[in-house]
Amino acid sequence: MTHASHALPARPVAKPGRTVRFRIKRCDGPGKPVRWETFAVKPEAGANIISCLQQIAASPITVDGQKTTPVAWDSGCLEEVCGACTMVINGKTRQSCSCLIDEYAPNEGDEITLEPMSKFPVVRDLWVDRARLFDALKRVKAWVPIDGTYSLGAGPRESAEQSESRYVMSTCMSCGCCLEACPQYQIEENPEKWPTSFIGAHAMNQARLFNEHATGAVLKGARLDTLMGEGGVNDCGNAQNCVQVCPKHIPLTESIATIGRSVTIHAVARWFRG
Amino acid sequence: MAQHRVIVVGGGLAGLAAAARIAEAGVPVDLFSLVPVKRSHSVCAQGGINACNEVARQQGYSEYEHFDETIYGGDFLADQHPVLEMANWAPRIIDLLDRMGVPFNRTSEGYRDLRLFGGSLFKRTHFSGATTGQQLIYALDEQVRRYESEGQITKYEFWEFLWPIIEDTAQGQRCVGIAAQDMRTMQIRAFRGDAVVMATGGCGLVFGKSTNSIICTGAAAARCFRAGVWYGNPEMIQVHPTAIPGADKLRLMSESARGEGGRVWVPRKKGDSRPPRDIPEAERYYFLEERYPAYGNIVPRDIATREIFSICVNDGLGVAGENQVYLDLTHKDPEYLTKKLGGILEIYEKFVGVDPRHEPMKIFPAVHYSMGGLWTSFTKGSYNPDAPRTKHKSGSRPPIVAEVGQGMQLGALNNAQTNVTGLYAFGEVNFGYHGANRLGANALLSCIFDGLFCGVSVVNYVRDGAPAKAPAGDLSSAGYDRVVAQEQQKVKRWVDSASAGAAEPRTNPYIIGKELGDEMTAACTVVRHQTRLAQCAGKLGELRERHDSAMLADGASWSNQAMGYARALGDMLVLAEAIAKGAMERKESRGAHYRTDFPDRDDANFMKTTLAKHQGGATTLEFIPIDASLILPTARTYGKKDDKPAAKPAMAGAGS
Repeated sequence: MTHASHALPARPVAKPGRTVRFRIKRCDGPGKPVRWETFAVKPEAGANIISCLQQIAASPITVDGQKTTPVAWDSGCLEEVCGACTMVINGKTRQSCSCLIDEYAPNEGDEITLEPMSKFPVVRDLWVDRARLFDALKRVKAWVPIDGTYSLGAGPRESAEQSESRYVMSTCMSCGCCLEACPQYQIEENPEKWPTSFIGAHAMNQARLFNEHATGAVLKGARLDTLMGEGGVNDCGNAQNCVQVCPKHIPLTESIATIGRSVTIHAVARWFRG
Repeated sequence: MAQHRVIVVGGGLAGLAAAARIAEAGVPVDLFSLVPVKRSHSVCAQGGINACNEVARQQGYSEYEHFDETIYGGDFLADQHPVLEMANWAPRIIDLLDRMGVPFNRTSEGYRDLRLFGGSLFKRTHFSGATTGQQLIYALDEQVRRYESEGQITKYEFWEFLWPIIEDTAQGQRCVGIAAQDMRTMQIRAFRGDAVVMATGGCGLVFGKSTNSIICTGAAAARCFRAGVWYGNPEMIQVHPTAIPGADKLRLMSESARGEGGRVWVPRKKGDSRPPRDIPEAERYYFLEERYPAYGNIVPRDIATREIFSICVNDGLGVAGENQVYLDLTHKDPEYLTKKLGGILEIYEKFVGVDPRHEPMKIFPAVHYSMGGLWTSFTKGSYNPDAPRTKHKSGSRPPIVAEVGQGMQLGALNNAQTNVTGLYAFGEVNFGYHGANRLGANALLSCIFDGLFCGVSVVNYVRDGAPAKAPAGDLSSAGYDRVVAQEQQKVKRWVDSASAGAAEPRTNPYIIGKELGDEMTAACTVVRHQTRLAQCAGKLGELRERHDSAMLADGASWSNQAMGYARALGDMLVLAEAIAKGAMERKESRGAHYRTDFPDRDDANFMKTTLAKHQGGATTLEFIPIDASLILPTARTYGKKDDKPAAKPAMAGAGS
């Protein structure tokens, strides 16, 4: 095998010293008007969206010379493992830390558009409130109901294959990309309506993750009760956008299909039990 | 009488473990975090978590040897009894995580797989791919969500800790709550708590770019320090040998890459410009393997870091003449690598655009972890030999078997408690356990150990200590109101300074922050020297003055992140001063602290804890004795070939 066959796709050669324009959708807070502002940034070598937003924060002046405020945004680990910095970049939802400027804007004057995710209420600018996403994890009881933290020996043994399969599902960082891309998932600001609104791919994947753990399966019935109800698996329109945008390559559609089958069996069993 | 409540600040591994343990004991918990707890910095931990296990045990390993390795790895600076207890508990912690459903890598028979890690010749590191921290924090996050849905834990996410509320009593100082701010609405409030657990992690941002998350400013610890809480060993900052340089941060390339067989090398010939694969084996300099035949690439972090630094800066052998060396995995089967290290290989692919399965990675050291933190005390356990023993001979019979309570007395009220009664420090912000250098895969362990083991102390304190008679809920509101007013005043100072657009560089908080990071990286990382440290002290004084007159570009009373940063910067400057002062006054070399002007370890004068106190705006230091009653100090050579202590890089070019 030659080395060349392993080469990753070549990245565009970025022009050093170039200026990149950032067109950013801004909003000072809930209920405040939306406005667009454009900033010019000279990206340093290896720059990403975060390092450019940091430059803008240090010198918040638009291309028209307008003095403005620093852009607010959410971020954390900067290595695509915490999920915080998700936003819509050139129309596509993804983490901004792993979005490299050399790739997105290699030439002088290239423009990058930044918008907040549209399926969650805006806190300010690019920062959104994803509380509903975490609430969904409560709805599906996404945990193993252990007896407590006292010493009780090892957990259930499992095969390497099972562990690998659960590991992939368990890398979900609750970023919300799958929800942003989903045509069925709509913004809902009223928490009282969350229990009956579509729960989304990420939560169905979590339900499957815990259903497939020997102790976690104790709550399988309760999880399926939730997912066979309003806002559950039947609300999925099978657009399959979720799996396309998942940054962790989690087999979301497979998880939804598995949950769908489990719900059917669960419903029939319930019907027979009366 | 008001019901008891406990406040936990920080939702990483230590905070979540503490919250779960305390809630389980029936005491309601208020959990504060700057971010949704699932996004805490613990997610960045990659390599694994150490514990004695049955395979290693049958090869001659023991909890006692884990303890011995940790003390030796930390260059004999840690108090020894707490470390013994942590090592004894480690296997229980792995079992518990296993029960919580952590998808540990498995062997073909379905047992938990193990890997090698720095500072040990036994496989004693449990792992979940190369995102172990992420998997562990998710497991604890799930358990905490369960308690949250049962009403035992209340989360305050996007809330920033501002100040501890401490009252003076006849029995001394007692912590009775905190002031915190909702960083969306900007509301400042006091919260009453019968005990407060600080689990706020490290301070990498003081060094500008590091492997840490953007939230790891150290501001919470600095605020406690400013309020009178003592800080231990501030100068002990770990610089990790292998990170990927970047524009916004230095991304960690886990030690597990070396644990799984990764080799560090440079071309033997200076200026060799051939691609790495074209350089024949004989013309590659595997300097760690040649210098440390026993440990090779898995020498502890401080040693690997100094060797890499020295190869680049002193010898000029860095790849392409730059400050970088190869970390090479290309001799391993790509599929094996994906199973064991997939997560970190993906990070390299994403950020560098090169597949490390087929091309050696280029890496350089980066600030990673703070061994120092809030000073805490403990009650010694039942193992107290007549005299300290010499270093444990690997594979020989341990003097004791692992039992609970030999190292620390379980449930003693002062375990992991600071000098202020009722104020505890867990995890990275606790200075205990790691001495002058932390061994890889011991951090996750110390976080969870604190939460589970010292969490019992918090519950006992609430039930049997001062809060038993005088719950925080029954105290007068005056002390709480005073701290809220103090914090509102600070915010007002910043908001009043605001005008849109950039302040000039002299008064721009972001520029001051960048200069702070550059200065601390240059003066207080791999090599340190009196002259440079004195210069650093001067620079910090200048930055503090500029910070006093700094101005914001944003005066918003809603979600004002610029204000949050500027305020934290003031706290980072206080912590930076303590770090630099500790580095200056510890006139020896030990673990991560390396002085070119004092290259040797000096046990007579400095086998002591650096204790920093802050009063009236000034930081003072003293050196206090440590508990070294279990193991005698020995030379820490890791079997280096010429048997001299590890690399002694010169000052030249420091600052990279």
